Amino acid sequence: MSDAVVMSGGVHAEPGMRVYNQKLGMWVFLTSEVMFFTGLIGSYLILRSAPGVEWALPGEVLNVPLTAFNTFILICSSVTMVKAFAAIESGDQKGLRLYLVATVVLGAFFVGVQGFEYYKLIEEGFLPHCGEELAALVPSCHLYGSTFYTMTGFHGTHVSIGVLCMIWVTVKAFRGKYTQGDHGGVEVIGLYWHFVDLVWILLFTIVYLI
Amino acid sequence: MATVEAVAGQMAHAHHDDRSFLRRYIFSTDHKMIGIQFLFACLFFLLVGGLLAMLIRWQVAFPGKPLPFGGIFPETMAPNGIILPEFYNALVTMHGTFMIFFAIMPLLVGVYANYLIPLKLGAPDMAFPRLNMMSFWLFVSSGIIMLASFFVEGGPSAAGWTVYAPLSAVPEYSGVSAGQQLWIVSIVFFAASSLLGSVNYITTVINMRAPGMTLFRMPLSIWSLFITAILALLAVPILAGALVMLLFDQTIGTTFFLPEHGGQPLLWQHLFWFFGHPEVYILILPAMGMVSDIIANGSRKPIFGYHSMVFAIAGIAFLGWIVWGHHMFQSGMNPLLGTSFMVSTMAIAVPTAIKVCNWLATMWRGNIQFHTPMLNATAFVAMFTVGGLSGIFMASNSLDIFIHDTYFIVAHIHYVLFGGSLFAIFAAIYFWYPKMFGRMMNETWGKVHFALTFVFYNLVFFPMHIIGIGGHMRRIYDPTQYTFMQPMQPMNRFITISAFLLFVSQIPFVINFFWSLFKGKKAEINPWRDNGLEWTVPSPPAHGNFEITPTVYRGPYEFSSPEVDEDFLPQTTPLNGDRRTAPEQVPGD
Amino acid sequence: MNWLPPALSTYAADIDRIFYVILVITGIIFVAVEVTLIVFMIKYRGREGRKAYYIEGNTKAEVIWTVTPAIIVLALAFASQDVWSRLKNPDRFPSDALTFSVEAKQFEWNFTYPGIDGVLGNGDDFTIRNQLHLPVGQPVVVHTSSIDVIHSFFIPVFRIKQDIVPGMVIPVWFEATETGEFELACAELCGLGHYRMRARVFVHSQEDFASWMAEQS
Repeated sequence: MSDAVVMSGGVHAEPGMRVYNQKLGMWVFLTSEVMFFTGLIGSYLILRSAPGVEWALPGEVLNVPLTAFNTFILICSSVTMVKAFAAIESGDQKGLRLYLVATVVLGAFFVGVQGFEYYKLIEEGFLPHCGEELAALVPSCHLYGSTFYTMTGFHGTHVSIGVLCMIWVTVKAFRGKYTQGDHGGVEVIGLYWHFVDLVWILLFTIVYLI
Repeated sequence: MATVEAVAGQMAHAHHDDRSFLRRYIFSTDHKMIGIQFLFACLFFLLVGGLLAMLIRWQVAFPGKPLPFGGIFPETMAPNGIILPEFYNALVTMHGTFMIFFAIMPLLVGVYANYLIPLKLGAPDMAFPRLNMMSFWLFVSSGIIMLASFFVEGGPSAAGWTVYAPLSAVPEYSGVSAGQQLWIVSIVFFAASSLLGSVNYITTVINMRAPGMTLFRMPLSIWSLFITAILALLAVPILAGALVMLLFDQTIGTTFFLPEHGGQPLLWQHLFWFFGHPEVYILILPAMGMVSDIIANGSRKPIFGYHSMVFAIAGIAFLGWIVWGHHMFQSGMNPLLGTSFMVSTMAIAVPTAIKVCNWLATMWRGNIQFHTPMLNATAFVAMFTVGGLSGIFMASNSLDIFIHDTYFIVAHIHYVLFGGSLFAIFAAIYFWYPKMFGRMMNETWGKVHFALTFVFYNLVFFPMHIIGIGGHMRRIYDPTQYTFMQPMQPMNRFITISAFLLFVSQIPFVINFFWSLFKGKKAEINPWRDNGLEWTVPSPPAHGNFEITPTVYRGPYEFSSPEVDEDFLPQTTPLNGDRRTAPEQVPGD
Repeated sequence: MNWLPPALSTYAADIDRIFYVILVITGIIFVAVEVTLIVFMIKYRGREGRKAYYIEGNTKAEVIWTVTPAIIVLALAFASQDVWSRLKNPDRFPSDALTFSVEAKQFEWNFTYPGIDGVLGNGDDFTIRNQLHLPVGQPVVVHTSSIDVIHSFFIPVFRIKQDIVPGMVIPVWFEATETGEFELACAELCGLGHYRMRARVFVHSQEDFASWMAEQS
C-alpha cells in the first residue's frame, strides 16, 4: 500500500523503506502538538510549584468520579479506533463502519460530558478568574482556574476537531472509499486520535488527581 | 490520500497547463507560484517595516520636530506631524514585528524553502500542495490582521515585539487594548501558517528526494531549510501556547502572567525566549545555507568541509534550545542560571566559527566570479562575522549587565539580521531570480544597489555600537531627556541621515526587480553554471518541474572537478562508470 | 577612548576590563577574517581560462578552527563568571551595606531611606521621589520592586542594571567611588512615559550624607 502511494507521488528513491507522506506528515504535526502541550503543562508545573501557591485538594472543586468515567469513555474510543483500523486491514468494511461510528459517538460523548462539567462548575461559581466564594476556599484560586480552563479547554478543542475529522472519515467509509490496500485516512486520523487520548491521560492525572 | 492524488493529477498537466487564472496565480498549489507569492508579500512587508524604521529614526534624531511631510497621521498618532510617545512605542513594536515575522522569516522560509526544496531535490511539488496554499493564505491573513491593528482605537501593540507581560497583558498599562489582541491573533495565524509550512518541508525532504539524492548529497541550502523547519516545528507551538495564555489574561480574566494573583511575569519571558532563541536561528540558518551554495558557485570550488558545515548547522540548531536565558540575564532570574546560560551561549561561537572559516577556505584558491549574488554573499560573511563577534560581548553575563537594553544590542541584531539575513536574501533574490521569472536582473544596477546598501548599512549600524557602549538605551522616545545621552545626538542624527540614504539605496533594487520582470534579458537554463537540479529545467520551470524524474549522481558542489573540462559538473550528469540508481520513470504514469 | 561613561563604582572597572578584553580578542578575529576575505577576493579573483583548486576539505584545518574558538570562549566565560556572581548573587553581597528600597511604577521611582536608625521598616523611614542619595565609599543595597509593569534599574556610571519585576523583590548593590550628581534610567520599555522615567543620583561625601539623612528624618 505504501508503494502505491509513493508511485503516484512520482518519486522512487527507496520504495518500501519509507512511511507514506500523509502518515509522516501526521507524525511531524504531532511532534509540534507535543511541544504545544509541553508548553502548557510546563507552565502549569512552574506556576503551581512556585512558593506560596496552594492548589485545591483533588476533588475539592472538580468532580473526579465524573471525569474518571469520562476518561474511561475516551480510552474506549481509542480501542474502537484500533478495532476500526484492524477491520479495514483485513478488508472488513462493515466492521470499519461500525467501529468508526462507535468512535465518533464516544468522542462526541466525551466532549458532551466535558461541556456538562464546565456548565456545572461555572454554575457553582468556578470561573477562569475564580469566583468569590471559591477564592475564600482555594488560596491560589485564580491560577487554579486559569490553568484548569486553558489546559482542559485546549484538549477539548482538540477532541472536538478530532470528532469532526472522524465524521468526515466515517462518511468516506460509508461511501466505500477505503479498501484493504488503501486506507491511509483511517490510519492517519487514528494516530491523531490516540495522541489526543494520551494527552488526556496526562492531563487527567496532573489536573484532577494530584 | 487526496493530496497525493492531486499531485499526480497535476503531473498530467505538466506539458499543457490548462489551469484557470485563479488557480494558477492566486489559489495556486504549485510550490513555485507559492514561493513567488510569498516573495511579493514579504517584499511589501519589508517595505512597511522599513518605513516604520524611518519614522523611528526621525524621532530619535529630531525629537519633537514635526515630520517633513507634516500631519498625514491622525491626531492620536502624530498630531501635526509630531510623533507622540505612545505612537513611537507602537512604531518600535511594529517595526520589529513586521521585520521578524513578516519579512525576514518568510523571505527565507516562505519564499526559498517553498521554491527550492522540491526543485533542488528533484520532486514534482511539495508533499502537501494544498496545505502549502493554505499556509500562504494564513500568512496573508495574519499580515492583514497585523496591518489592521493600526486602525483600531488605541493603535497597534506598543509593548515591544517581545510583548513582555504585564505591560502587554493589562490594557491600562500600555494604553493599547484591541491592538494588542489583534497582534496576538495575527501571530497565532502566523504560527499556524508556519506549522503547515514546516510539516510540508520536513515531509518533502524526507520522502520526496529523487533517486540518488541521498541526505549527504543535498545542498547546504536544503539542509539548513530542513533543520530550520524542524526548529520552527518545535518552537512556534510554544509561542502559540504562550500567546493564547496572554490573550486569556487580557480577555477572560486568567492570571498566568499577572503577579497580583500568583502569576509570573518571568514565565512569559521564559516561554517567549524558549521560542525566541530558536527563532533567531530560524532567521539566520537558511541564510547561511543559501550563502554556502552561492559562495561555492561564485568561487567555482566545492564548499570546504561539507560535512562539518552540516554538523555545524545541526549543532547551532541544537544549542539554540539551551541558550534562551541569555536574553534574560538581567531579568531577575536566579543568577546561577545566568552562569549556565552564559556557558551554553558561548559554545555557539564554535559551530559559527567553523562556518565562517569554511566559507573563507572555500574562497581560498578559487576562481572567484563577482556576480551580484556573490557580492552579496561575501558581504554576508563579512557582516555576519561582525554580528557574531558582537554577540560575544553580550554573551558575557557580567558585561551584559551594562550593555543589555542599549543600542549595542540593537547594533548586534541588525548586524545579524540585516548584515546577515538580508544580504543573504538579496544574494538569493539575484541568484534565483532568473529561475523564478525567466529573466535576468540587471547586473550593473545590482552592483550599484549592493555597493550603496553595503556602505550606508554600515554607516547606520556601526555607530550604534558606539552609542550603545556609551549607555544609550534602546526604545527611547526622546534621548535628550537624559543629560548623559545629549552628547550622542550628533551621532544619532548621523545614523538617521544614513538610514534615510540606506532606504533610498533600495530604489535601484525595486526598479531593477520590476523592470527585469518584463524587460530583463531572457535567462538561459543555467546562467550561473551551477550544479543544482533546478538548473537542469527551463527558466521558469513548468508546472510539475521535471519532465522525467532526475537521477542524482553526486553532491551539489562539484565545481572545477578534475574529471571534466568545464568548471562545473551538474548533479544529474552521468559520467563514465555512473550507474542509474533507479529505472527512468515518467512521473504520473 | 571615552566611549564608555565614567566608571564610578567599585566594580565598574572590572566590567570595563572584560569589555576591553573581549574587544581586543574580537577585534583581532575581526581584522583577521576581514583581511583574509579581502585578500582572497583580490588574489583569487576570476580569470579566464583558469580553474579553481579542487579541494573538498581538510580535517586538520577544521579541527584547528573548531578547537581554537572553543578555548577562547571558555576562557571568556570563565573570566566573566566572578564579576557576575559578585554583582548578582545575594550571598556574595557586601555585609556592611546600607539598605534602601525602591518602588518603581509608571513612570517614577520612589526611594525609601531607613532614616537615622539605618534600618528599613522602623518608624523613621522616609520616601523621596526620583532622587537616589547615597554616600561615597559605602556599599548600598537597594531592594527593588514594582507595582505595575517590568522596569529596569540602570545607572550607567555604576555599570549596574537590574530588571524590576512586579511580584518580586530583587536586591541590587553598588558602591560609589566619587561624589557628584548622576543619572538613573529605566532601561526596559514600560509604557508611554518610559523615556522620561528618570531619577537623579546624588553621591555625597559620608559626612554630607549623614547630615542629609538627619535633616530628612
